[in-house]
Amino acid sequence: MLIPEKQIDFMGVRKIAGIGSIVLIIVSIVSLAFNSLEFGLDFTSGTSVRLSYSEAVIVQDVNQALRDNGYEDAVVVTFGSDRDIRVLLPVDESVAIGDQAAQAVIVGESIAELLQSSSGSEITLLGSDYVSAKVGGELVESGGIGMLVALAIIMVYIAMRFQFKFSVGAVVALAHDLIITLGIFSLFRIEFNLNTLAALLAIIGYSLNDTIVVSDRIRENFRRLRTGTPIEMVNISLNQTLSRTLITSLTTLLVLFSILFIGGESTQGFAVALIIGVVIGTYSSIYIASNVILYMNVTREDLMLPVKEGAELDDIP
Amino acid sequence: MLNKYPAWKNILILLVVILGFLYSLPNLYPDDPALQVSHELTELSEGDLPTIMSALEAAEVNFFGEEVDSESILVRLNNLDDQLRAKTAIEEALGDSYIVALNLAPTTPSWLQAIGAGKMNLGLDLQGGVHFLMEVDMEAALTRRMEDNLSNVRTILREQRIRSRGLNLISISHLEVRFANDEDRSQARSELVEGFPDLQFQSREAEGVFILDMRMAPATALQIQTDTLQANRTTLLNRVDTLGVSEPTVQQQGSDRIVVELPGMQDPAQAIRILQRIATLEFHLEAEIGAPSLSYETYEYEGVSVNVDNDVVLQGDRISNAVYQLDQNSQPSVNLSLDAQGGNQMNRATRDNVNRRLDILLIETKSRTITTVNEEGEEVEDIEFYEDKKLIMHATIIQALGRQFSITGLTAREASDLAPLIRSGSLAAPMTIVEQSVIGPSMGQENLDQGLLGVQVAAGLVIIFMLFYYRTFGLAANAALIMNILLIVAVMSSIIPATLTLPGIVGIVLTVGMAVDANVLIFTRIREELSSGSPPQQAIDAGYNRAFTTIIDANLTTFLVAAVLYTIGTGPVRGFAITLMIGIITSMFTAIIGTRAIVNLIYGGKSGKKLSIGSYRKKAKPDELNLAAGK
Repeated sequence: MLIPEKQIDFMGVRKIAGIGSIVLIIVSIVSLAFNSLEFGLDFTSGTSVRLSYSEAVIVQDVNQALRDNGYEDAVVVTFGSDRDIRVLLPVDESVAIGDQAAQAVIVGESIAELLQSSSGSEITLLGSDYVSAKVGGELVESGGIGMLVALAIIMVYIAMRFQFKFSVGAVVALAHDLIITLGIFSLFRIEFNLNTLAALLAIIGYSLNDTIVVSDRIRENFRRLRTGTPIEMVNISLNQTLSRTLITSLTTLLVLFSILFIGGESTQGFAVALIIGVVIGTYSSIYIASNVILYMNVTREDLMLPVKEGAELDDIP
Repeated sequence: MLNKYPAWKNILILLVVILGFLYSLPNLYPDDPALQVSHELTELSEGDLPTIMSALEAAEVNFFGEEVDSESILVRLNNLDDQLRAKTAIEEALGDSYIVALNLAPTTPSWLQAIGAGKMNLGLDLQGGVHFLMEVDMEAALTRRMEDNLSNVRTILREQRIRSRGLNLISISHLEVRFANDEDRSQARSELVEGFPDLQFQSREAEGVFILDMRMAPATALQIQTDTLQANRTTLLNRVDTLGVSEPTVQQQGSDRIVVELPGMQDPAQAIRILQRIATLEFHLEAEIGAPSLSYETYEYEGVSVNVDNDVVLQGDRISNAVYQLDQNSQPSVNLSLDAQGGNQMNRATRDNVNRRLDILLIETKSRTITTVNEEGEEVEDIEFYEDKKLIMHATIIQALGRQFSITGLTAREASDLAPLIRSGSLAAPMTIVEQSVIGPSMGQENLDQGLLGVQVAAGLVIIFMLFYYRTFGLAANAALIMNILLIVAVMSSIIPATLTLPGIVGIVLTVGMAVDANVLIFTRIREELSSGSPPQQAIDAGYNRAFTTIIDANLTTFLVAAVLYTIGTGPVRGFAITLMIGIITSMFTAIIGTRAIVNLIYGGKSGKKLSIGSYRKKAKPDELNLAAGK
């Protein structure tokens, strides 16, 4: 034993962890393929119903009336004056593309009728239209390209600072975290909106941060300690960084849970996504990144400082 | 050994903290709800303010702090609920040609404004407002450029007395000139090739006609698109400025789209009216008598029919300025300045046409509400866009014109209306609104309040934890954490005018987590050093030094990701990325240099003092000895 503290043999269960992660990834991909994601109004089309009241309207009351009558996902905004409102509803997926405009008219009428009966004010239906998504395919596309470019740059940077095997480890861990988080969103039908997208980006940052800290320790130990197998090196490093990993996860989770309970409806999706991401990210920085590095047969020579090699060469007559 | 920062370093840190505090201070002053009144075309007149004031008094709306300048009047109100009532009252009193915009007016004290401190811009999701996505008609831009080329070719051929058998626009990137013989063609080619570096020349023969093809290279077309988008963006910015919205965003998206976001604005119809009511100008010559009827269009001018030649002498986007003034005879006139190329074009077109008439067409894209009957026999209202062309000048060319010339013979009112319209309206290509959305102010406020409360509670919990876990060192980390949030707010308010959005708040939250991470890394290292038997001063120094590379690696990689997201992403992705990048830089400063300064102040002077960094296990022997004893 190298250090007289209680050592946890993280890498002893690395096969089980690896298989577990592969299973989770497969389940996620299958769920994403068949179940897709529950896209919010930011990403999908919807129906916009414009209404005019004879007197000033209170948005909260309208919201309540809609909620009581089965339109839980309706978004109410005022426009122009304090008597005009706009109700946004997600589009009914079962309606054929060509019929959506006609469907919008029917939905508009039933909403107007419903609100008329729940309000003392005279309501005029100004119009109801089918509206396209706020975020077009462009953002999804540019977001996707962005992720790929980001991944490529990370790989180059880590290959320069550490070694190529560490690049693969970090990127695999990152992909692992993103796929499983999305998989959980798909499996449990949690709404995916712009805030969740932001959370996904945050997970990239968080997961990477975690992985780099662990990799950094592995590199240091390989250079510092003269003996020990790669598995032992990784185990020592994981144990040394364990308290830091746990404390940081804890503070981040404290932050996220307070946002979940206090931050209001609009940030809940974000908090849920990030809580899932942090838990998975913490797990993957321990089991996945290091596991991949070990599978790629990392050696002490991989991490020797190039400067030293040059200096040694100079000494040769 | 002793851990001490030199005095200049401590002073520098103190200075940064003070600046951070000062520049985040304006955010504590809430905006006043306000109304901004301006005239659609002209400057405001003196009687407007009294009219507004009496209208507000009649509507029993309390107001204060009226600000008047030549372009607009700002009236502050007590609360958001008054805004819509006040708007209706003012609109009724002033009539249609005025623009009354809902707005927010800053209340930052003047001494803070004097040092350049301002409020953080809040995004639409936190403040409410309208959002438009506009698409630029690139085909029109290219066609316009090619038509421009066509008329220039014609002028040059005429000047050089080269006979052609006709000029045709084949497509938006291709025009041909026909000649009777090869000599004419080669002479024309050598005359033209210099004047049109953008075009590729090619000769061919067909049915005994010698044809010169001129094609636009794809790279040129791309360049024109970029320029057009840029020009339209600038024009939109000018137009949006007249709306008096405090922090408008006019941002390019993709290759042919522009996003316009008007925070605080609550009336999309009003905004559309301004944004769409954009004019372009075209200069034409009057058609010659007996010209073929396909080569001109007929317009009304002061009750007389005028035939205007189809060839465009000059496009409005060549106008760099238009000013209303009285000429030497005290007659109202509009003084136009053209850019260099525009001046050349104008000179070439007019010097051979003295005594001919020059016509100016004003082309406005307007919107109107149309009522159509749908399949179910109901009447549906819809907004339709159309081009309205009007002949606004029909004047004799007295001498060859250059880069500066004036339009005279207008009434004072016409001249004063025309100048700003030309100034703000030289749009390079028409645009249409492809999407619009409105976010109510109450929803924005709710988002903001809850988001901020979330950050506060989160920071509070982390502070308690750090204090409990790391004791005195936790205190240092907490001071750094607060300093960090202050610095992010200061940077976002004044240095980089970034817009705070909900995802942006999320970025700050993540930074709060990451910033303590740097301290956790440092403190765990110090604890490790202590447990392997290092004396306190060495432990502090080694802890900071060894954690440093880890922190740099981790932060730099995350920064790279944020930078990529910022470059490639749009809207919410950018908002998140920018806060993350700012947060990473400020947190590195506060967590490494900031905490070190505090730790040095507490422990640096006294070498023997025990460190208060929470509990750590005391090891029997240092690492290296254990290693030697190991396997």
